[in-house]
Amino acid sequence: MSEPERDEHSGVETTGHVWDGIRELDNPLPRWWLWIFYGCIVVAIVYWVLMPAWPGLNGYTPGLLKQSDRAAVAQDLQALQAQRGRGEAMLATASLQQIEADPALQAHALSVGQSVVGDNCATCHGAGGGGNRGYPNLRDDVWLWGGSLEEIEHTLRVGVRSAHPETRTSQMPAFGRENMLTAAQVSDLTEYVVRLSGRPANAAAVGRAQQLYADNCAACHTPTGVGDRLVGAPNLTDREWLYGSDRESIRGQIHNGRNGVMPTWEGRFSPGVIKALAVYIHVNAGGGEASGAAAVAP
Amino acid sequence: MTIIIDRSRDRSKATGPVSIAEKQREKDRPQGLYKARVPIYPKLVHGQWRWIKWVLLIVMLAIYYITPWIRWDRPGALPDQAVLVDFDGGRFYFFMIQLWPQEVYFITGLLVLSALSLFLVTSLFGRLWCGYACPQTVWTDLYIYVERMFEGDRNARMRLDAAPTSFNKLWRKAGKHAVWIGVAFGTGGAWIFYFHDAPQLIRTFWVGTAPMTAYVSCAILTFTTYVFAGHMREQVCTYMCPWPRIQGAMLDDQSFQVTYRYDRGEPRGPHKKAESWDGRGDCIDCNQCIVVCPMGIDIRDGAQLECINCGLCIDACNEVMEKVGRPRGLIAYDTDAAVAARSCGQKPQHRLIRPRTLYYGVALLIVSGLMIWGFSTRKTLDVHALRDRNPASVRLHDGAVRNGYTLKIANHGFQTATVEIRYGGVPGATLRSPGRPESDPLTLQVDPNRVTSVRVFVTAPASEEADGSRPATFDVRSGDERQTVRTAFEYGELR
Repeated sequence: MSEPERDEHSGVETTGHVWDGIRELDNPLPRWWLWIFYGCIVVAIVYWVLMPAWPGLNGYTPGLLKQSDRAAVAQDLQALQAQRGRGEAMLATASLQQIEADPALQAHALSVGQSVVGDNCATCHGAGGGGNRGYPNLRDDVWLWGGSLEEIEHTLRVGVRSAHPETRTSQMPAFGRENMLTAAQVSDLTEYVVRLSGRPANAAAVGRAQQLYADNCAACHTPTGVGDRLVGAPNLTDREWLYGSDRESIRGQIHNGRNGVMPTWEGRFSPGVIKALAVYIHVNAGGGEASGAAAVAP
Repeated sequence: MTIIIDRSRDRSKATGPVSIAEKQREKDRPQGLYKARVPIYPKLVHGQWRWIKWVLLIVMLAIYYITPWIRWDRPGALPDQAVLVDFDGGRFYFFMIQLWPQEVYFITGLLVLSALSLFLVTSLFGRLWCGYACPQTVWTDLYIYVERMFEGDRNARMRLDAAPTSFNKLWRKAGKHAVWIGVAFGTGGAWIFYFHDAPQLIRTFWVGTAPMTAYVSCAILTFTTYVFAGHMREQVCTYMCPWPRIQGAMLDDQSFQVTYRYDRGEPRGPHKKAESWDGRGDCIDCNQCIVVCPMGIDIRDGAQLECINCGLCIDACNEVMEKVGRPRGLIAYDTDAAVAARSCGQKPQHRLIRPRTLYYGVALLIVSGLMIWGFSTRKTLDVHALRDRNPASVRLHDGAVRNGYTLKIANHGFQTATVEIRYGGVPGATLRSPGRPESDPLTLQVDPNRVTSVRVFVTAPASEEADGSRPATFDVRSGDERQTVRTAFEYGELR
């Protein structure tokens, strides 16, 4: 081995590395550095004894402290369940109005509601509850089955056209597909519905559809077209359209008569969680019931 | 100019004691991978710089120990401790200033200021921080003082260490370590008071009901103080601290540093009384500068990484110069340029204003200005408007469009604030907060010292031409304070 290079000023060996003429000194490490290294080895051995460390044929060495992350997680979950149990009990005993009025209870209901909505409702109603074509918007003030706290809770409980024995149900017939009306009649009715919502329409067609509407539609949608929440018949005079507002969409709905389904959540969620959901939807719809079909009803 | 100290000459023929650093270098000659520490026995010295160091030591320790005990009245249930880092409450209190976690940029600014001040001071006057203010220096000084109390000064300590085990040695060593650990515990114990109400914590600490973090923090700081100030000492500076390595970039030949004026000192050598001083330097090679050095270096080797610029060698040398009847200041705070000028027979000139000091000074002014501006324009209320994204807009039954917002109102004050909120930018828009009485402007009570989250709905009447997004504002007023929060109103499309 050749004689290592020495720095002429300090007399210290260099590593032999040169960067732009700068040489790195190879100073010896302090002795205590070595002790720290040995200390780490000792700590590692102590760790093997105290903590789970070595794999075996069936399992592993558990260590003297019996530390287990799995057990810790289980314990945390149990504590969480206990805490949720308290919140759940509060929700179960309070009335819907009490939950909404009490800031702490409302905050709890909103956080429960948010996670439940994300897991269960967002699939159809959208992540923010803004709805989709055929799936009602939960954020606006238009309610097919009523937007008060109690009505929302009831809808959640029994569902719409669901398997629940008391389910809310209504039937929009497929007038065109079932040959109850001719294509021309469906077109005339379309003009009539467009006119109902305050938009310009073909006056001749509206005139022809007058009797058709009274015979086929008025029973549910009422003669003035404001709908009826008792049977879940949509208001045809407002600006909110479940299946679209343009003529093509309206004609398609009269022809095909689509009817959406909302499942019953009773049994899947506890009554407390359903209350929390109702409060969540009611608060986020801005109190919901202030206006709507009932307000414009004659 | 650059001064190169020639260390390649053969020191073995030199007479008199050599510096610890030199001894270490000699020891390293047959180089191994590791080297043991060569113990340093700094001798007590008296003089101007030592006196300043004692005063600063007392001032620094007093600041550290007294600060958490200063009280400062704050309303309500807020802590009455003047300086408190309240992790539980998420607040930092400093007398009349109260910082929230989101205002951590003030701390950042303070750190930038500290760094720039350090740069400026270092480029002007060398490593004053290292020599006088660094906790490592202050506590090491204190520990050496304790050591001296038990074991005597340099020579007595060296004799004691070399002596065989005896009762005298044992009790002195035991006493020293006991006091060291006591001081270390006091250091760690004072630290935790910065994070919790001190009078309350000191009671719970002794009865064992304080939080575990208090005991652990105290134990860690006790350990590090004892090890760093008692055993590691100069090794913390030479092996662990990055600053000695960085400071080379701050210094130039106009920086004041502890300097051996070799122009005056060389050629050095022992001097007998009544001998002439002609043809020789003032340095009598008495090595007093070496024996007082807490870093164990020879300042006559020039500026070096280990030197913390504490000035103790200046005091030691001045004492000797007075004894031999030569002028003081053979070792002094001086610049390399001045020494070089004198050795060429020129008059030394000091330049404090140099490009680098200007840069640091200007940067310091800019950051200070920003900090002052930030503090003076700090508002009591901090308002943010989060617009609902999903759905971005909602069409109501009559064609009106509604947007939802969550207003986050942080009230930094200690009083409940009455806040008036107006919405601007959208014609005919009305503002409403569910669960609150309708009013124009929307009036809210905002709790002190916390963030209040308010849901608000803005409804704009049906409009045929309005489409897409338009800029809007929340105008928030509370007393004389007024601020405008920019947001947007989304009309969306009719489905």
